[in-house]
Amino acid sequence: MPMSLEEKSFNPPGQPPGNPAATSAPIAAPGVRPAGTGHPAAPNREVVFDIKDLSIFYGANPAVRNVTLQIPARSVTAIIGPSGCGKSTFLRTLNRMHELAPGAHHTGTIRLLGEDLYARGVDPTLVRRRVGMVFQKSNPFPTMTIAENVLCGLRLNGVRDKRLLRERLEQSLRMAALWDEVKDHLFRPGTSLSGGQQQRLCIARALAVRPEIILMDEPCSALDPIATAKVEELIHELKKDYTIVIVTHNMQQAARVSDRTAFFYMGNLVEYAETRTIFMNPANPQTEAYVSGRFG
Amino acid sequence: MEINANHRRRKFTDKAMNALSVGCALLVISPLAVILFYLLKQGLAALNWDFFTKLPGPVGQPGGGMGNAIVGTLELMLLASVLGVPVGVLGGVYLAEYGRDRLNDWIRFWADVLNGVPSIVWGMVAYAVAVVPFKTFSAYSGGLALGFIMVPLVLRTTEEVLVLVPRSYREAGLALGLPRWKMIVRIILPTAMKGLVTGVLLAMGRVAGETAPLLFTAFGNRFWSHHLTEPIAALPLQIFAYAISPYDDWHRQAWAGALVLITLVFLLSAGVRFISSRQKS
Repeated sequence: MPMSLEEKSFNPPGQPPGNPAATSAPIAAPGVRPAGTGHPAAPNREVVFDIKDLSIFYGANPAVRNVTLQIPARSVTAIIGPSGCGKSTFLRTLNRMHELAPGAHHTGTIRLLGEDLYARGVDPTLVRRRVGMVFQKSNPFPTMTIAENVLCGLRLNGVRDKRLLRERLEQSLRMAALWDEVKDHLFRPGTSLSGGQQQRLCIARALAVRPEIILMDEPCSALDPIATAKVEELIHELKKDYTIVIVTHNMQQAARVSDRTAFFYMGNLVEYAETRTIFMNPANPQTEAYVSGRFG
Repeated sequence: MEINANHRRRKFTDKAMNALSVGCALLVISPLAVILFYLLKQGLAALNWDFFTKLPGPVGQPGGGMGNAIVGTLELMLLASVLGVPVGVLGGVYLAEYGRDRLNDWIRFWADVLNGVPSIVWGMVAYAVAVVPFKTFSAYSGGLALGFIMVPLVLRTTEEVLVLVPRSYREAGLALGLPRWKMIVRIILPTAMKGLVTGVLLAMGRVAGETAPLLFTAFGNRFWSHHLTEPIAALPLQIFAYAISPYDDWHRQAWAGALVLITLVFLLSAGVRFISSRQKS
């Protein structure tokens, strides 16, 4: 079993089981192998998210209807679709951020490595430690320095070990490809960085708590092409250790960074397949129309 | 030609409106300037070192000061803050971070009603709660009355300041797996700290000048009070007592007291300006 959702321990100084830790060892520590290996398109990968009949509502309005899909480990899954198609809503149910919206609720099940994310007694804060998130607009905390921003998740969750903190600081910034740019002024405010650097700082902050999965909600939509290229490169690196689910408006980006792509339209999952298939040879005419730019 | 004439008329209207608004602005400021000028003229004469350190003198004997009233006012402000700041800030946090819509509307409505309650009514409440049961006027009861006035003020400003903190910081904090209370205490409150302090200082300035709620709570005292359970002097009370007295010397001292009080409030406002100007840079 992977780290239980009820378990209170928070990635303590040692290496938690099944966690892509300092050594960037693969997530596949022995014993992390829950059910759901039979996905046709990803035969060698364990299923990280196993989603069945998921419908998501705001009040009485369904935002997402009857979605069933499986997200494989150590890969990038892109979610594309026109505005308002429910892709962000879908993403947010994966780390229980959705339920923060008033009137939000859902039906169906989401299993994270075999465990029901929404089972009774599951603490959403523990879910969010395992499933990190990067937002559309970079949002480093304005009262904190670069270093404090990166270490915020650890420190505020009670990690005191100075050596561990220093290690994590450097590792996380290196993983976010930001270390070389900021190593000489770690104690400047996080908001003193450029937009692209701020976004990578937010990625470093999400990485520092060693999540198993990283959700990205249009992480590049506020960035210029150079900064975008850097973040995309980073996504490419990160997928060696992490499972990444990325929502994007930019179809070229989905084509560039993802292994699998899900196309959402009007709250329905229209098609979900290998990215190449979605873009070169989609099964559904709607998908074809969207990816070829005929609507949306 | 037609256009030209039109243009000239518009220019005239523009100038006229401009002059009108400048005139109104001056009209608003001028009473303040007159008051300040008059206070300085009347108050400075009686202002000396003794005024800040000595007790009021006996009737007919010149000299003496308001040292006890100045200290008393500061003590009362502190006491009021002990009640007003935590209750107001926590209530504001509830409104901004936790509250549900319907209940929030009610709390907001009642806070606004309470903000409009005449201050003497708060004095009566504090009298009933803290004077009658203990059978003595006291600093505590005065602080309680002023604290009552502070609570809704601080509550509303706290809420407004917290609502201005972008939601994205809350989401970022929660996405790191922080419990909500920790996210609020360690991320949201520090981000809003300058606004919170500003709100508290403004509320303190507001209660510093309150007289009515102290009439039958703090009551006033011509001597140093050694315990918070005793009646305590306060600048507004002392000013009131001296201003209605028949003695010229006391009148002069009342002017000086008013000058000190307004300076205190001015310093609080200046502190607010200083803090909020640093926020921008």
